[in-house]
Amino acid sequence: MTLSVKPAGDAAGLQLVDLSTSSVRELNAALHALGPDTNQTLWKVAHPNGRHAIAAGLDAAIDIEIDGPVGYYCAGMNKHGRVVINGNAGVGVGENMMSGFIHVKGDASQSAGATAHGGLLVIDGNASARCGISMKGIDIVVKGSVGHLSAFMGQAGSLVVLGDAGEALGDSLYEAKLFVRGKVAGLGADCIEKEIRDEHKALLASKLDAAGILGEVDIGEFRRYGSARTLYHFHVDNVSSY
Amino acid sequence: MNDLTNTPRTKPRTSATFDEYTLSEIRRAAATGIYDIRGAGAKRKLPHFDDLLFLGASMSRYPLEGYREKCSTEVVLGTRFAKKPIELKIPITIAGMSFGSLSANAKEALGRGASAMGTSTTTGDGGMTNEERGHSTQLVYQYLPSRYGMNPDDLKRADAIEVVVGQGAKPGGGGMLLGQKITERVAGMRTLPVGIDQRSACRHPDWTGPDDLEIKIEELREITDWEKPIYVKVGAARPYYDTALAVKSGADVVVVDGMQGGTAATQEIFIEHVGIPTLAAVRQAVKALQDLGMHRKVQLIVSGGIRNGADVAKALALGADAVAIGTAALVALGDNDPHWQGEYEKLGTTAGAYDDWHEGRDPAGITTQDPALMARLDPVAAGRRLANYLAVLTLECQTIARACGKSHVHNLEPEDLVALTIEAAAMANVPLAGTNWIPGSNGNF
Repeated sequence: MTLSVKPAGDAAGLQLVDLSTSSVRELNAALHALGPDTNQTLWKVAHPNGRHAIAAGLDAAIDIEIDGPVGYYCAGMNKHGRVVINGNAGVGVGENMMSGFIHVKGDASQSAGATAHGGLLVIDGNASARCGISMKGIDIVVKGSVGHLSAFMGQAGSLVVLGDAGEALGDSLYEAKLFVRGKVAGLGADCIEKEIRDEHKALLASKLDAAGILGEVDIGEFRRYGSARTLYHFHVDNVSSY
Repeated sequence: MNDLTNTPRTKPRTSATFDEYTLSEIRRAAATGIYDIRGAGAKRKLPHFDDLLFLGASMSRYPLEGYREKCSTEVVLGTRFAKKPIELKIPITIAGMSFGSLSANAKEALGRGASAMGTSTTTGDGGMTNEERGHSTQLVYQYLPSRYGMNPDDLKRADAIEVVVGQGAKPGGGGMLLGQKITERVAGMRTLPVGIDQRSACRHPDWTGPDDLEIKIEELREITDWEKPIYVKVGAARPYYDTALAVKSGADVVVVDGMQGGTAATQEIFIEHVGIPTLAAVRQAVKALQDLGMHRKVQLIVSGGIRNGADVAKALALGADAVAIGTAALVALGDNDPHWQGEYEKLGTTAGAYDDWHEGRDPAGITTQDPALMARLDPVAAGRRLANYLAVLTLECQTIARACGKSHVHNLEPEDLVALTIEAAAMANVPLAGTNWIPGSNGNF
């Protein structure tokens, strides 16, 4: 494995891993071996070349910068880590994240942030279908647009979309909070537009702030969507919705 | 003039098609407008292991002494890729059942009973509890479409991971837990509002198909540093192809669950009309492993309607490495016990037929979250009953294996079996008893 500490003059303790010569297994094993008080807190990953499961299972408050596109499940189940991807991300970036921060500087494929319980996922470009599917507490900020069935069965957390949303947004939604600035192609079953009151504006502002773009967009341009809660209990009158 | 009173009358005749149960269901549907939901697996009469017989030893084979010669039962699961395979002392495991559908006491009892016998238990759709982890020496953590409670810490403290694609009671169906059982603790674990009717997804949210599953399994292995065996569980529908694709996706173990396998709550119509019987699934799954050269390298667990040591022995003889039990384990704990007959009657049912597990009013304190009902189940005593039952299953299986001259239960083979019915002969791919006739394609499924 090519794992080296840069000489003095650069950031102290910076770890460099080149995935053209090291394997993802070697990288992840090294990351998993980090203790809670590690001083190896800055990592750079070169030549990811779309490999899968890069930095999956991270459990340390460290910074990782990945220079290039990543494959499926990058930083899956992340805890505490701050991961920046200088490229596009494949399916399920940050899936089931528990905490921490993931920043995709390109576009993200399907199921970005799926089932994630916490943390913040920021996508500079567009996210494909099922962004935030089954989300359980994560905050997702997408600067572009999201595809169909985004926030499907979203349970908790918030999805903020600066662009447009595809068909069936928030289908079968539970308590996740959705904010979309652009057009919504269609709402899914039991998802409705809701009044955006001051507390919602404050919530939205806090998410934009966390994503570092507070003040760059007009909060007044967003619309809020949430669960109508009519499908929370089985009822024969709702049968056409199922 | 005819005297009608003296004319012989035919007896009132009920319809075989519109039988008593069917009529009652039509009336229930007409009154409520919603399908019938219940727990357990298929209740209809199906071709099953009862339709097979062992031949035993004879002139050409000699048996082992029942009380003197060893017949081993241990099984190792996850030898393909996992650094830490699971080693079980008996070839019988406890199938996945959730905390939520089952009470905490029931989960604890399952852990106690299984651990006493050196075998594993399995979580369910709702996450891992500390009680369950604490009382199970070997715990399989299910990875389900809902991902309720899924987190990397529990993944790492599990002994194996079971990716659930489907289950025998409802291949193609998602989970269901009605509001009565969504207590504060259950809701908290699932990140759901208290008291709502919870609908679990039927498909995984971040992968579709075997190519994606291969990458998903790679991710799970990376997160757990390639230590844990990874099972893939499918409901019996197309077991040949499903098993082959699970192997292709990188599974260490394939779990095939027949339609007799239970569920906490699903539509009655789904349970009885989707999927195939366990008997019909085993040989197809084994054939897939054999065709790939992976039999005994990727282990096969079979479940759905396993009740006694003969069922265990038959599943193993057909090529399974182990079986899993769910419903039978609950019965061993005390489910549907006649002791509670009076209370079953109050619920409009009878001991042995109670299957409204989703309603959370289980008199035996097993399929409930009601603290008063739950307190009826002593987890220590119930765990002891389960351990006893597992011991009997094992002894029975050994008895049959010795009679067939086998020093390990895995040495049982299809050649030891015959079928009582043409259907069973065709499904199990063994000869009809007293003949050398295997209906169908003689092994070419």
